[in-house]
Amino acid sequence: MSEIPADLRYTKSHEWVRTLRDGSVEIGITDHAQHSLGDLVFVEVPQAGKQLAAGDACAVVESVKAASDVYSPVAGAVIAGNEELATQPELINQDPYGKGWILRLKPAAAGAAAGLLDAAAYAAEVAAAG
Amino acid sequence: MPYIPHTAADVRAMLDRIGVAGIDDLFDEIPPALRVDALPGVPEGLPEMDLSRLAAERAAADGARLNFIGAGAYEHHIPAPVWQLVTRGEIYSAYTPYQAEASQGTLQIMYEFQSMITALTGMDVSNASLYDGASALAEACLMAVRAHRHSQSARILMPATVNPVWRRVARAITEGQGLVVEELPYDPARGTTDLQSLERHAGTDLTALVVPQPNFFGQLEDADALTRWAHGNGALVIGAVNPLALALVAPPGEWGEGGADVAVGDGQPFGVPLSSGGPYVGFMTSRLEHVRQMPGRISGRTVDADGRTGYTLTLQAREQHIRRGKATSNICTNQGLLMTAATIHLALLGPVGLERVASACARRTRELVAALTAIPGVREAFAGPRFHEAALLLDRPVAPVLEALAAAGIVGGYDLSRDYPELGHALLVCATETRTSADIERYARALRGLLGRRSAA
Repeated sequence: MSEIPADLRYTKSHEWVRTLRDGSVEIGITDHAQHSLGDLVFVEVPQAGKQLAAGDACAVVESVKAASDVYSPVAGAVIAGNEELATQPELINQDPYGKGWILRLKPAAAGAAAGLLDAAAYAAEVAAAG
Repeated sequence: MPYIPHTAADVRAMLDRIGVAGIDDLFDEIPPALRVDALPGVPEGLPEMDLSRLAAERAAADGARLNFIGAGAYEHHIPAPVWQLVTRGEIYSAYTPYQAEASQGTLQIMYEFQSMITALTGMDVSNASLYDGASALAEACLMAVRAHRHSQSARILMPATVNPVWRRVARAITEGQGLVVEELPYDPARGTTDLQSLERHAGTDLTALVVPQPNFFGQLEDADALTRWAHGNGALVIGAVNPLALALVAPPGEWGEGGADVAVGDGQPFGVPLSSGGPYVGFMTSRLEHVRQMPGRISGRTVDADGRTGYTLTLQAREQHIRRGKATSNICTNQGLLMTAATIHLALLGPVGLERVASACARRTRELVAALTAIPGVREAFAGPRFHEAALLLDRPVAPVLEALAAAGIVGGYDLSRDYPELGHALLVCATETRTSADIERYARALRGLLGRRSAA
């Protein structure tokens, strides 16, 4: 059973969103996603300033098995990509909800993350997908 | 088993079995208006003997002309073992096998090709070939847009001294994808990219600058200065090089301070004969940091479970079978056969042999230019160092002169007036190691006779 922290919001495409104190959000991929992908070998993160609509591809994670897009769960402007991932993509495998964060975003609208799945709903999604 | 498995009796038996009178009845759903009953202009088939005769006559009609034309395709000596080996059954295929790792020999050849090309260009990584130099340049422009972390403009600065065909292909492939290709003028005295003209682009959002070496006129560009300017202005550098010239001049990996970011070219000078315009073989190299944006197949060396050396296709997450629509390109088969020829050619020559060939080309071209410019009415178009081509100015239109030379069995060069009308009566000539002093003398004598016949207009 993969880890699904109760204080985060989630998407069906396996991203997580953490709302920070200043209203910005941190985005990464879930423990379930990193587990499915296997050992990551490369991560492409977006540049600061990039404008994203909800659902836009915002990063690429490449494992020994596959390469996948990461989709932005909310609209907004990129504040920063996690540059550590350029040399240590394995941070996502080791600590998907912490050091493995992928990007920080200033949301276009406050409270946008509220409409996403909560931990229980995401856990149900993962269970249903088998 | 017969090569054609279906005899007339087989076909008849199958038709009888399904109750159909003839093969045409299987296609009766296609309306008559859409059918093509005759192919006008396509003659009846010929028996092999007649066909051989016809082909021999056509080949003889081309004649054995003495060739002084380059302009992107070069006549070089190809050692006999090259095609003797390439046509062996084990490697006689353009394709990367579908179960690639089952064909270790093919993957090793790809790996050797990549190793030789990176050694020659001074770049970190090479793919295992693209279609030709022109499409490789187009792919390099697309790659630069993907690789540039900050530029939003997709603007490519393209010197007018880049091969005009390559420029047209690059535009055709990239403009539909939103790239903006802007041409840079050249210095009329030296035939190289005008460094002053770059200044008006300083401080603008640029994606990449293309640096040809040598350029289409055969002139050597100041690749160091161009690379420094581009990097100083936030643009990537795409080298477009003749790989043979790299035996003599600084390779793109050493240009400026950090070297070019991407370097491409045509491998035709290595083992690929002149043959009615193709096929050729493009190559593409880059710095390691951009490798995930590189199109094409890449073979890597690794070890198997028992620690033995093995080869494998690597970084495949870039490719269309994994990344689908977001693949770095749709190229996966490339020019495997010609890549194999180039690899064998380079292996036979070695670094020393390659340098001797390149030096011989440069020497023969100097000899050719000296012989031709000694003729009244012929002068050099540009000053400055060059490789194995030179632009000459005649005192009259080039086309009739080339026609008269052709009648004398001499291919006298490439008429530059179509692509560079501002140069006037300009002719691009080339001499490779295959031209002898006697050949050059024959050309000079013929040209002297032609130009002396009538006074200049």
